[in-house]
Amino acid sequence: MPPPLRPRRRFRQPSVIPGFGLTLGYTLTCLGLIVLLPLAALVVRASGLGLSGIWEVATDPRVASALRVSFGVSALAALTASVFGFLVAWVLTRYEFPGRRIVDAVVDLPFALPTAVAGIALASLYAPNGLVGAQLAKLGIEAAYTPLGIFIAMVFIGLPFAVRTVQPLIVEIDREIEEASATLGAGRIQTLTRVVLPPLIPAVLTGFALAFARGVGEYGSIIFIAGNLPYVSEIAPLLIVIKLSEFDYGGACAIATIMLGISFVTLLVINLIQAWSRRRFGYV
Amino acid sequence: MSEIATDLPRPQAASVVTEGGLVRGLLVTVAIVFLALFLVLPLVTVFVQAFAKGWDAYLAAFREPDALSAIRLTLITAAIAVPFNLVFGIAASWAIAKFEFTGKNLLVTLIDLPFSVSPVVSGLIYVLVFGSQGLLGPWLIEHDIQIIFALPGIVLATIFVTFPFVARQLIPLMQEQGTAEEEAALTLGASGWHAFRTVTLPNIRWGLLYSVLLCNARAMGEFGAVSVVSGHIRGLTNTLPLHVEILYNEYNFVASFAVASLLAGLALVTLGLKSLLEWRYAGDLAASGRRH
Amino acid sequence: MQRETHPTPTRRSLSLSVCLAALVLAGPVHWAGPARADSELLNVSYDPTRELYKDINAAFSADWKAKTGETVTVRASHGGSGSQARTVIDGIPADVVTLGIPSDIDAISRLSKKIPADWRSKLPNEGLPYTSTVVFLVRKGNPKGVKDWGDLVKPDVKVITPNPKTSAGGRWNFLAAWGYAFEKEGKNADKANAFVGDLYKNVPVLDTGARGSTVTFAQRGLGDVLPTWENEAYLVFDEFGRDKFDVVVPPTSIYAEPPVALVEANVDKKGTRRQAEAYLQFLYSDAAQAIFAKHHYRPLKRAAAKPEDLAQLPEVKLFKIEDLQGSWDDIQKKNFDNGGLFDQLSKAGR
Repeated sequence: MPPPLRPRRRFRQPSVIPGFGLTLGYTLTCLGLIVLLPLAALVVRASGLGLSGIWEVATDPRVASALRVSFGVSALAALTASVFGFLVAWVLTRYEFPGRRIVDAVVDLPFALPTAVAGIALASLYAPNGLVGAQLAKLGIEAAYTPLGIFIAMVFIGLPFAVRTVQPLIVEIDREIEEASATLGAGRIQTLTRVVLPPLIPAVLTGFALAFARGVGEYGSIIFIAGNLPYVSEIAPLLIVIKLSEFDYGGACAIATIMLGISFVTLLVINLIQAWSRRRFGYV
Repeated sequence: MSEIATDLPRPQAASVVTEGGLVRGLLVTVAIVFLALFLVLPLVTVFVQAFAKGWDAYLAAFREPDALSAIRLTLITAAIAVPFNLVFGIAASWAIAKFEFTGKNLLVTLIDLPFSVSPVVSGLIYVLVFGSQGLLGPWLIEHDIQIIFALPGIVLATIFVTFPFVARQLIPLMQEQGTAEEEAALTLGASGWHAFRTVTLPNIRWGLLYSVLLCNARAMGEFGAVSVVSGHIRGLTNTLPLHVEILYNEYNFVASFAVASLLAGLALVTLGLKSLLEWRYAGDLAASGRRH
Repeated sequence: MQRETHPTPTRRSLSLSVCLAALVLAGPVHWAGPARADSELLNVSYDPTRELYKDINAAFSADWKAKTGETVTVRASHGGSGSQARTVIDGIPADVVTLGIPSDIDAISRLSKKIPADWRSKLPNEGLPYTSTVVFLVRKGNPKGVKDWGDLVKPDVKVITPNPKTSAGGRWNFLAAWGYAFEKEGKNADKANAFVGDLYKNVPVLDTGARGSTVTFAQRGLGDVLPTWENEAYLVFDEFGRDKFDVVVPPTSIYAEPPVALVEANVDKKGTRRQAEAYLQFLYSDAAQAIFAKHHYRPLKRAAAKPEDLAQLPEVKLFKIEDLQGSWDDIQKKNFDNGGLFDQLSKAGR
C-alpha cells in the first residue's frame, strides 16, 4: 500500500529506530538468493518454451486432467476442511468439555507430522485390508487408490489451516453484541447467521485459500494413497516428477510455472480478502 | 503461517449467547469424532505398526548404520536450516514491523511464497540452478563443488520450505508491541543492539521459541523437496523421511514405521511443548494470533 | 536517504548486510565441500536391486581388499530407473550405473555426454552381466486361473503394474505384453497395440516404481496378478510368505536386459576409474555370477551358479524386443516418449 500523501514521497518514513538498512538488506538478500533467484530460474526455463509452448503443455489432455484433479479435489477438500474446521474452532472456543486442551493440541498434528509418515499411515488405514478401508469396502466404497484417497490426504493436511485462521476471531467476538441481538428478540439461529457469522467470513475464506494452496502442491502424503492413474488419480506434482524422469525438463518447468502462478494468485487473493476485511470489519 | 497461538479463555455459559445442551453435545461429538478419524487414527497407526512385532524388532530398526546416518543427516540439516531461518526471521520482522516503507505488503507476500509452492517445485528449482544442466552447473563442475545430491542441496531445499516460519510468527508479534519501548531505550542512550537484546528480545522470546519449534519439526520432516535433490545415496544423502520411504519399499514395514514413529514422536513433543508454551505464556503469544 | 533522521548510514549497512547474508549462505557450501575418501564408489541403480547389490558390494570390497590391500566402499542409490538416470544427468557423482533398461543409459549418454554413445560395446555381452524376464505373481491357488499373457485382458482380471514412463519394470511388462500379442496375431502391430490397450484398462493402480506396485499388490491386497521381474516375484515369496502367493511362469516372455555402464566423465574427475572398472569387471566374475543366481537373476555364466539356484530359473521361451521393434531409440520413441503408444492408449482408454 502506498503511504498516505505527503509533500515529498519517501521510500521510508523517518524513525529513530536503528538497523533498517542492515535488516532490510539482509532480508532482501536472503529472499533473493533463496527464494526469488531459484524461482526465476524456473520461470526462465519454462519461458524457453514460449507462451504458446506453455499453453500447449497446459492443454495437453493428460496435464490438463492432472491439473483438474489437483485443483478440483483440493477445492473440495479445502471446502470440507473449512466446514469441519469452523465446527472444531467453534467447539474449542465456545464449549467446555473434558480434554479440550488435548483436542486443541491435536489440531496442529498435520503441521508437525512429516508428510511421508502421514502418507504411509493413511495408506495402511484406508487400503481395502486396512482398519478403515475394510469397513468402507463393506459399504462398497473404495478409498485408497482412488480420487477419494487424494481427498482424504488433502483434508488431513488442510485442516489446521482452516481451524487456526478462524479460531482467534471466534475468541474475540464481542459477547455483548450477541446479547444485544438476543435481547432485541432474535432467535439463536438468527443471531448466528446475521450477527456472528458475517464478520468471520473473511477468515473462513482465508483458511479455505490456505488449505487449498497447500493441497494443490501436496506430494508426500498423496503419492502413497492415490492410485496415480493418468486421467483419474494423477496429481500435478506427480506429473512433474514423471516428466523429470522422462528427462522432459521443459514440460516439468511448464507445469511447475503454471502451479506457481496459481499459488501466487491464491496468495494475492488472500491478501485482498484481508485488505477488504480490514476495511469492512476493522480487523483481519 | 497460521500456527497461531490462541489462549483459550474459559467459555462463559450465558444461555442467550450459546446453543442448547443437546446441540452443544452433538457438535462436540461430531468435532471429536472427525478429529479422531482424520488426525488421531493415522498417528496411532504409526505406533501400532511400529510395535507390531515387539520391542526387539522396533529397536533393531535403529541399529542399522543407514538409519543412524539418516538421523545424523537430519540433525545436521535442521541444525543449519533452523538457525538460518531464525536469524532471517528476526531481521525480516525487525525491518517489517518497526519501519514503514513502500512495498512492504509485496515483501510480506514474497516471504510467504514458499508456503504455497509445491514441495516438488521447491526441489526442482534448485536442480535447475545447481544441476549439471542448470544455470550454475558448468561453473560448479569446473570448481568441483557438489550442491545438489549432497548436504548443501538438502539444506537449501529445507531452508526454502521452512523460510517463512519464523518471520511470519514474529512480524505480527513485533507489530503489536510497537516501537515505543525501543525508542525509550534509545533515548536513554542504549545502542541499537543493546535495545534489541534487552527490550525487544524479552518481548518476543516465547513467540520466537514457539516458531523455532514448528520450524524444526517441519525441517526434520520435509519429504517432497528433499526427495528431488537428495539422490537417495544410502548412508550419505538419505534423511529420516526418505529413509522411511526406502524401508517401506524394501518391505521392511516394521522398521519403516519404527523410523516414522521417531518423527511422529518429534511431532508430539513439538505439539506438547507448544501447548505448554501457550498455557504458560498465553498473553505474550496472543498477539501473534492476529495475522498480517 | 535522510541522513538527518537516522544515524545509521543506510547504504553502508545495506552493503554490509549483503555481505553478511552471502557469508551465511556460502558457509554450508564450503563447509560441506566433499571430503572424498580416495576410494568410494557410487553405484546408481534401479529399484529391485537393493538386496542384490548389498551382497555384491560387500563381496567386491572383500575381493578388492584381498587383491590390492585397499579399502573401497561402494555406496548405492536406488529408485525408479528413469529418475535415477535423471539424477546422473543432473550431476550425482555416480561412478557406475546399473539401470533397468538400455534406453535409460542411452538417455544419460545423449543428454549429458558423461557416458560415450558406444557404451554397450565396452563390456562383455553388451553390458549385461545378467538378464532377467517377466513372470506373474498371483494370489495363492491362482483363483483367476492366469496362465499366459492372454489371460491378463480378461474383463474380471485386475492387473497391478508400474507406470512405464517412470519404471523400467513397467516398460518390460509393456513390451512383453506387446511382443506376446505381436507373435500371436501373426505379426500384426495394430492388433498388438489394441491388446496392450485392453491390458492397461485392467490396471487400477499405476505406481511410479516396481517396488510401489509390489507393495500395492502384496501388502495392500489389490489386484489379481502382478507381472513383474522374475527376481522381484521370488523376493515377494520370501518376504511375504509362500503360503499367500504363487508364481506363474508364462510359456513365452521377454528377454529383459538390465545393463551396466561406467560413467566415464565422473570417474575421470574423481580419479576412481581403476576401482570402478574393476567393479564392473567383478560383475562378470564367478563369485558375482553366483550371487546373481542366488537372487533369482539369470546369470551370464550358468556354470558359476549353484545348481539349486539355477533350478529356480525355469525354462521360458524368451524373445528379444529388438528383434520385433528395431533399435532401442525406436523402441523408446515409439512406445514411451511423449505422445508415444502408452500416451495414446491411456488417452483412448480413459
